Amino acid sequence: MRVPDQSRPAASSSSPVPDLSDYARQVRQTYRALLRRRIGILGVMGALIAGSVLLDFCLGPSGLSPSALVRTLLHPHDVSAGQSVIVWQIRLPYALMAVCVGAALGLAGAEMQTVLANPLASPFTLGVSAAAAFGASLAIIMGWGIPGVSDAWVVSADAFVFAIGSVLMLDMVSRRRGAGTGTVVLFGIALVFAFHALVSLLQFVANEDALQDLVFWTMGSLTRATWPKLDLLAAACVVVAPLSFRAAWKLTVLRMGEERAASLGVDVPRVRRGALLRVSILSALAVSFVGTIGFVGLVAPHIARRLLGEDHRFYLPGSMLVGALVMSLSSVAARNLLPGVVIPTGIVTALVGIPFFLAIVLRRRGLS
Amino acid sequence: MKTGLLAEHICVHYGRRVVLDDLNVGPFPVGHVSALLGPNGSGKSTLLRAMAGLGESRGTVTLDGQDLSRLSFAQRTRRCIYLPQTLPATVHIQVLESLLAAQHATGWTPAQPEGDAVDGALRMLDVFGIADLAMRYMDELSGGQRQLVGLAQALGRQPDALLLDEPLSALDLHHQFAVMEVLRRETARRGIVTVMVLHDLNIAVRMTDYDVILRDGQIIAAGPPRDVITPDTLRATYDITARVETCSRGLPHVMVDGLS
Ligand SMILES: Nc1ncnc2c1ncn2[C@@H]1O[C@H](COP(=O)(O)OP(=O)(O)OP(=O)(O)O)[C@@H](O)[C@H]1O
Ligand SMILES: [Mg+2]
Repeated sequence: MRVPDQSRPAASSSSPVPDLSDYARQVRQTYRALLRRRIGILGVMGALIAGSVLLDFCLGPSGLSPSALVRTLLHPHDVSAGQSVIVWQIRLPYALMAVCVGAALGLAGAEMQTVLANPLASPFTLGVSAAAAFGASLAIIMGWGIPGVSDAWVVSADAFVFAIGSVLMLDMVSRRRGAGTGTVVLFGIALVFAFHALVSLLQFVANEDALQDLVFWTMGSLTRATWPKLDLLAAACVVVAPLSFRAAWKLTVLRMGEERAASLGVDVPRVRRGALLRVSILSALAVSFVGTIGFVGLVAPHIARRLLGEDHRFYLPGSMLVGALVMSLSSVAARNLLPGVVIPTGIVTALVGIPFFLAIVLRRRGLS
Repeated sequence: MKTGLLAEHICVHYGRRVVLDDLNVGPFPVGHVSALLGPNGSGKSTLLRAMAGLGESRGTVTLDGQDLSRLSFAQRTRRCIYLPQTLPATVHIQVLESLLAAQHATGWTPAQPEGDAVDGALRMLDVFGIADLAMRYMDELSGGQRQLVGLAQALGRQPDALLLDEPLSALDLHHQFAVMEVLRRETARRGIVTVMVLHDLNIAVRMTDYDVILRDGQIIAAGPPRDVITPDTLRATYDITARVETCSRGLPHVMVDGLS
């Protein structure tokens, strides 16, 4: 519904004009319907994720029927040990990791794009993934670890340290007086090049085995999922997401322009710092556990924006869910595209994500 | 006691460049619309921002006798709001939502005389004659329409002082007058202070009650428009030769004859 574009002369009528209450009712209804629609879209996404996770179980090598799956999940001791191990130790962490990584990267990308006021901002484009790759290559090629960290965690721990360091550096730059968001983005791009160069340098001196390991790592794979890692990432999501959602109004206002947000009482530097801190935890954990996965953090926010608008109460959870869905579908594709092989997920995400991207982002804007 | 908005000893510098040095201005009266005039780069926006507590500045700003620097940043922006010179960004969000977000930004929403926040927002849009845009997206509006939305956002927060930076810059003639009427009416009705940066001297001389002229961070003149807007001050401010004539209805009219 839309009242025709006849602007009522403002001065001639003292408010409220007689027909306003009628019109207000109409607008209120439309707005309610819109909110319901957005909640509906979030719900549908949630359902699609559930479906995709189920698909992840049922398709592919040693796939299970839904009934066998339910039996294994509910009564792990009634089924064969082999089946129980496959479900509990391989299939379940793998499928859930996809969801968590997607959600973490989707949320991180969404917040980054808002606080840096740049549609190209994402953990991948601003150097977090590159930093993680450098950390991982230190562990894989040089064998450097952090004292007290067990072998199983060395690569992830090194990757995490560098990933979080890179976001903290972005944060430091953003704190400098007079540094605009453009400066931060440029600095992030400089980080990408710097870490890529360092990784190449290490690759140049690496022996063949280590090189292969590293190349595989940088392709990003969910097969590295284990329960402890999954728990950690899920816990981070559960803690961080509500904090993001709480800042939703402030972030929405920030989208209207930095100066405007400040004049409306938003402490912009503080909101930006908080967001970057949340981004650093989520993106660093995600990339350090599964390797370089680039596409999701960049594209999920754009898809969410198109589907839900930029009211951050919906945009942030939407971006999380889109990320989770794209990752989960990618994980299904990764195991079913080529028979008998699990393709590294990082490769597949872009292939799965691009149709989404084209369908939604490049679609003509025929919005309500 | 309502004594208006007073700024004393205001100093602002950008890096090494001092823009305002120990400036005293005001008090801007309650219930009346005041204008801040001056050439480009004279420090008008800088002064308004300093009074609103945005950016770094020194000096004291008092509103009705209360020192605003004692308030937290969020509280201060609730009492005294600055409307930036730039138009609201083209964001994919509905006009109605943008008003709600502006009200929620500090985690506190102004009490509405009747109805809820949506009613309040619609009333505000109606005041500026753009109620029909409520469900349109901000990135599908014209520049002037966005400027009106910005005004509705600011007034909808129910501040005690409105500092408007060139609020008419994108508006057509009809809307310039309509907005001035609205601002005069609402300022008087709510008993608030309204200060606006203007470049149109005829609007200033006809529709404001207290004017301040600024040049290079210095005050050239301050007081009632008829005293402030004179051929002498206009030459000193803008380097122009101008006359202030009285039109056939007895109202003042500024005519510019050329550069001096
Ligand atoms: N962020 C900034 N950094 C450095 N100098 C600035 C900055 N903002 C403004 N200035 C300088 O301060 C002076 C006053 O600027 P201000 O924006 O207050 O002018 P103004 O009176 O609002 O002008 P206009 O009518 O063009 O809007 C100008 O000389 C300007 O160059
Ligand atoms: Mg200005």
